[in-house]
Formats: sequence, structure tokens, C-alpha cells
Amino acid sequence: MANEQESTLLQEFAPQIERTNFIQAIWIFFLVAVIALGFYALYIQITEGHEVTGMRDNVVWGIYIVNFIFFMGVSYAGALISGTLHLFRAEWRKPIIRMAEFITIIALLIGPCYILLCIGRLDRLQYLVLYGRIQSPITWDVIAISTDIFGCLIFLYLAILRDIAAIRDFQTIRLPKWKRKLYSILALGYSGTPEQKVRLHRATDIMAAMVIAIAVIVYSVLAWIFSVTLQPGWHSTIFGPYFVIAAVFSGCGVLIVVMWLFRKIYHLEKYITRKHFVNVGILMLILAALFGYFTFSDYLTKWYGSERNDELLINLLFDEYYWLFILSNYVGVLLPMIVVGIPKLRTINNITISAIIVILALWINRYLIVVPTLESPYLPIQDSRPAWIFYSSTWIEWALTAAGVAFFALAMTIGSKFIPIINVSEMADLPPSEEEEILA
Amino acid sequence: MKRESDNHPKKSSRRDFLKKSLVAGAGVVATGGLVEAYLDTQAAESGEKVKVLTTDGEIVEVDKAHIRYPRVSRKKSREGIPGKKFVMVIDLARCKNARACVEKCQEGHHLPKDQEFMKVYLLQDTEYTAPYWFPKPCYHCDNPLCVSVCPVGATYKRSDGIVLIDTDRCIGCKFCITGCPYSTRVFAWRHYEEYDEDTQPYSPEASSPGVEGTVSKCDFCPDLIRVGKLPYCVASCPMGVIYFGDLDEDVVTNGTETYQFSQLIRDRAGYRYLEVLGTRPSVYYLPPVERQFPVDRGFDGLDEEVEKRYENTPYITKQKRK
Repeated sequence: MANEQESTLLQEFAPQIERTNFIQAIWIFFLVAVIALGFYALYIQITEGHEVTGMRDNVVWGIYIVNFIFFMGVSYAGALISGTLHLFRAEWRKPIIRMAEFITIIALLIGPCYILLCIGRLDRLQYLVLYGRIQSPITWDVIAISTDIFGCLIFLYLAILRDIAAIRDFQTIRLPKWKRKLYSILALGYSGTPEQKVRLHRATDIMAAMVIAIAVIVYSVLAWIFSVTLQPGWHSTIFGPYFVIAAVFSGCGVLIVVMWLFRKIYHLEKYITRKHFVNVGILMLILAALFGYFTFSDYLTKWYGSERNDELLINLLFDEYYWLFILSNYVGVLLPMIVVGIPKLRTINNITISAIIVILALWINRYLIVVPTLESPYLPIQDSRPAWIFYSSTWIEWALTAAGVAFFALAMTIGSKFIPIINVSEMADLPPSEEEEILA
Repeated sequence: MKRESDNHPKKSSRRDFLKKSLVAGAGVVATGGLVEAYLDTQAAESGEKVKVLTTDGEIVEVDKAHIRYPRVSRKKSREGIPGKKFVMVIDLARCKNARACVEKCQEGHHLPKDQEFMKVYLLQDTEYTAPYWFPKPCYHCDNPLCVSVCPVGATYKRSDGIVLIDTDRCIGCKFCITGCPYSTRVFAWRHYEEYDEDTQPYSPEASSPGVEGTVSKCDFCPDLIRVGKLPYCVASCPMGVIYFGDLDEDVVTNGTETYQFSQLIRDRAGYRYLEVLGTRPSVYYLPPVERQFPVDRGFDGLDEEVEKRYENTPYITKQKRK
């Protein structure tokens, strides 16, 4: 019975896997063009030096690092949401976990690229291994991120294995020979015997738990890169958990937007319903509250104690960065709480709009953590060169930022054309309660 | 990133080295013995002659400008000068922002205008306290955060207290720049022409020639110390603001005056900047009391560009308002 349902579902997703229509082709071409522009910017940065960026001796880290934190945070969507929901056997998760897992792995591959863009001598990258020092938080980061990428790849692979096998066995789908062969290799001989099922299930459980733990570590280490320094605004004990919460929060936002897009484009209204948006929305509401709480505690203690440099930083935030601060730390927190908190406002579109604001707010939040601190060091910046006083990102940095977003969209598009964007096998599984009923 | 630093001594064969002499010259006092040197006859003559002892045991007379001291290798630069613990004392009562220290340092390290190892700030602690000029080198902290955070060991603390950077090792992640609470470190945002002026092989002790995409900073000039000279900033200061010396010997000098370090600090209430951060700097300041110059003298003869730096300091904005 399960197989029948699987076939019906696969039949529905077959068109996307079989061919790419004209609009999709244009979309892919557009994304490739944006990525190409990014590579051109990278070429300029490498040949002419980092002078082409807006970074200078005071603000040595700019939007590259912001993007790094941002994408790493987004990658949390799958790790925590998919992992947790999997472990808690939440039934409603089934149509959306594939998206969450895709988001995780793609964002996780993009994120570290941005830290590479900050490195002055890419030709010496191997020194990180050859001369690595365990005392440095960057080494912790290298270890944590590579472990995370590895763990998430295994988790994702386990999660798509059954669907790969299903497509391999699905006769009516029209696929070129090489593609069929690829599926058959990737399926690793999985045929759904009870023994295989148990093993796969157990492995997925273990990986789900591990991925959650690794993701917490990765994000804490990332926060420590900032908080181990003595810089005002960074040197804070709250940063580890604060970054973890902010990461899941942004992950939720991106997941909602991705759900909305795929629902519209692939006509998944039947599978992804208002219930899914509300459920993820409620998760987002809780995270918004936690995020707001952390943000408030952090800035309140800095403002109330008003150590001289903390005061300078707060003044800068409420002066130069006033509107950005309001948008990221007020609107970004309150909007999802209002929209999801009031049942009347809980429409799919409203939740999606607030998710977009949340994503923006969190990107700005990271910007406000990184840049203003570097603009207000202990020794006042006394310089006649404007670029040395205030950071202002250049088109090179924006082109590479756009390239990252485009790559994210491209990988999501191609991923969804390779594996059904909804976990077909899990959908076909009966809910545990019904299974028990049949057995009884 | 275009250029790999051509730092290997072997490559310098294009220059005419007469590697035959051992020079017993100016360096004798501090290092207490013979200092190895070689001749570069391509350089312009200064007319001033000195007698040197060659490896063959002859005493010959050569032009002073032709004498070159070989820089120590990257490996040796990690060790530090034995039995030394260097310390610097900056007398804020004497500084009038003459900027000789900045300029001589840039010249000596072949730095572009964009990069200053020594910076001179105009500080004013609070609204009602007096403004003063504040020269700021690297503090060569005994608890250096920049060294702790470096992922590849490109920056290191030596036995003589000096914190150096090996730009042949540095990957340019800039973590040390954010780690330093004193804004000491500078980054080479591109390749500067000035780097090419230096024809000697690279050594972390000389911090020269610079390398694009790496971090550099004030190095306390160990290459000069080795041959018995004082750092550029100390030797060039017309006011004798900066004292340099050895903590173990308990002596500091600005070239003309020599003091017992501990007594100087005791008598003049010496302090370290931002002691609260726990970095334990090797640079001490003497407070700006009984000053030799009014603070405004520091604006005399400044370049327009330099003058502009102080435009937004509380002191200047207050004066403008008046």
C-alpha cells in the first residue's frame, strides 16, 4: 500500500525531474549570470588586492563576515528543525523536512566561502593545517565547520536515500540513461528490506542527534571568534547562546520563504498547508522571543553599566545606525510575534512577509554586531581618510554577496530537480498510530 | 597577491656582495662583540670612512654607507636576543607631535604613507582634563591576545619580550587585528611601491619588505638592536620623548639621557595604557605633567592631511565652537 502511494507521489513530481521548462531555464541562466558577476568581482579582488573592498585597518571585517555568520545561521534551519522534528516524530514535518535539509547543506557550503574572501593570502590556506595552532579559535572553527559539513552531508544523504531508490525503481519516469545509472549508483543497493529499513532508521536517528549537537558547537565557536577578543560589544559571555538562537531564528525565516516559493512554483498546496506555516511560524515566534530577550539583556547591561567604550558603541548604534538598529532589533522581533501571535493575522502570506523581514533583520543584526564595534575601538580613530573611519562596502563585496544568494537559489532549484522537494518515501509511510491500528 | 616575496638570501645574487668582512663598528657596545656585516659597493658613498676587520684578518677602510648587516633568518627571528627583556618608556610631557618618529620609522621599514607602525594620537581623557600628544607603538604585551588568536603561528612572542610577525607565514585572516585592543596592527591592502625599495632579503626582525595581504606592525627594531642601535623612533625623536632599554638591566635611554628604569617609573609615576585589559604591555608612559610645550605646539608645521586627522577630536571641536 505504501508503495502505491509512493508511486502516485512520484508521478506528481516526475515532470520536475524529467525536464526543465523555458521559464526555469531562464531562471537558471539568470542565477548563473549573477554568480559569474561574483566571480568577476573575485577576480578583481585577487588581482588588485583587498583595497577594492570597503575594509580598512579599523574595520577589517565587513559584509563578508556578516554573510559568513548569516549563511552559517541559515544552515541551522535543517540541522535543528529537521533533526529535532525527526527525533520527536512530529508527523507534520514530513512535507517540509527535505527543504530544511537542502537549506542546511547548501547554506553550509556557501558560508565558509565568505570567510575565505576575507583572507589576504588564499595561496597560503594550507598553513591552517600545516601550522595549525589549537589555541586559536579559527582552528576551532576549521575543525567544527568541517565536521559539520561532513555530518550534514551524511544526514542529508541518509534522508534522500530512500527517494533515490524509489526513483531508480520507478519505471514510468522518462530519464536519460546516465541519470538512471546515477540514481542506481547513489541508491547503494537499497531495496527496502525490513533489515535495511531498521538500519537506515537507526542511522538517521543517530545522525539527527549528532547534527543538532555539532550545529550548536559550530555556532558557539563562531560566536567565540568575536567574544574571546577584548573589543567592546564583542567581549560578552552571552554571545554563544545568543548566536545559536539567532541562527535557528534566521533558519526558520528562510524555511518559511522557501516553503512559500516551492508551494507556489511546484503547486504543492495539497501537501504544504496553512498548518505548516503556522507550526513553523510558532517556532519562529518562540525564537523571536528568545532572540529579543538575548538582544535586550546584552544591550541593557552594556547601556546600564555604561563603561566608556560600551557607551561609545551604544551612542554610535543609536546615532549613525538608528534605523538599522530599530529595524533589526525591534521590528524583526516584534513583527513575527504579532503576526503569529494573533490568530487572525496568521495567514500564509502574512507569515511569509514577516519571515522575509526576519531574514533581513537578522542580516542587519549581524552587521550591527560586526561593523560598529570595529568603528569604535578603545583608542579613538584619528584619521583623515574617510574609508578608515567608517566602513562602506563596495560593489565588489555586494556582487559577491549576490553571488552567494544566487548560488543558494541555484542549488535549491537544481536540487529540487534531482530529488523530489517533498520526502516521498516518508510521506508514504503510515503515521505510527495508524500502523498500530492495522496491526491490532 | 601578484608577487611572492623574494625573501630568500640566495636570490639576491644580482647585487654585488663582497661577503668578506667582519665589521667591528658601532654595534659593539650593546652586543659586546664583533658584528657580522658585508659590503654593498653599489650604494652611494657617504664619504665617511670606517675601519673594519676582514675574515682574512686584515684591517681595511671602507665607506660607512657601504656596510650592510645581514638580517637574521625567519627561524632565528623566533628566538629572541638572549638575556634581554626590552622595555620602552614614553615621556608624554615632552611630546609635541614632531612626527619624526613616524617618518623615520616609515622610512626605515620601507612603509607607504598608508601604513604607520607608530601613530601619534591627540588624547583628552575627559572634558575637563588636559589634552596631550600620545605616541603609540606596539606595546609588545606580555599577555598578547594577537599571538593567542593567530591560527598559524605567524605572530609570536620571543624570549626578549618582542612580539613579531612573520609575513611569510601570515595568511591574512586579520584576527590578530581585531584581537589587539590598541589598534596597533596594519594590513597590506595592496602591494605598495615602497616595498620594492628594500633590496635586502626579508626578515621578521626588519618587518621589511612588506607583503601584500598580510599583517604588520611595530617590531621594536630588533635588527637595529642586534647591531647596537636604538629603534628608529627613539633615535629620531628631537625631544628625546622615547626611551628604550632592558628591563633586566633596569636601564633605559633615549640616546642622550640614560635612566634607571625602575627609578624613572617610580619618580615620574609611570603607567601602562589601559592596564585594566590585562594585556601587560612592555611600553610605559610618563604622565604629561610640567610639560615642555603647550599642546598647541603640536599643530605647528603639520601637513594638511595630518592636521585633518585631529579635526574631530573633542579638543579641536571645542576650540572651534569658541
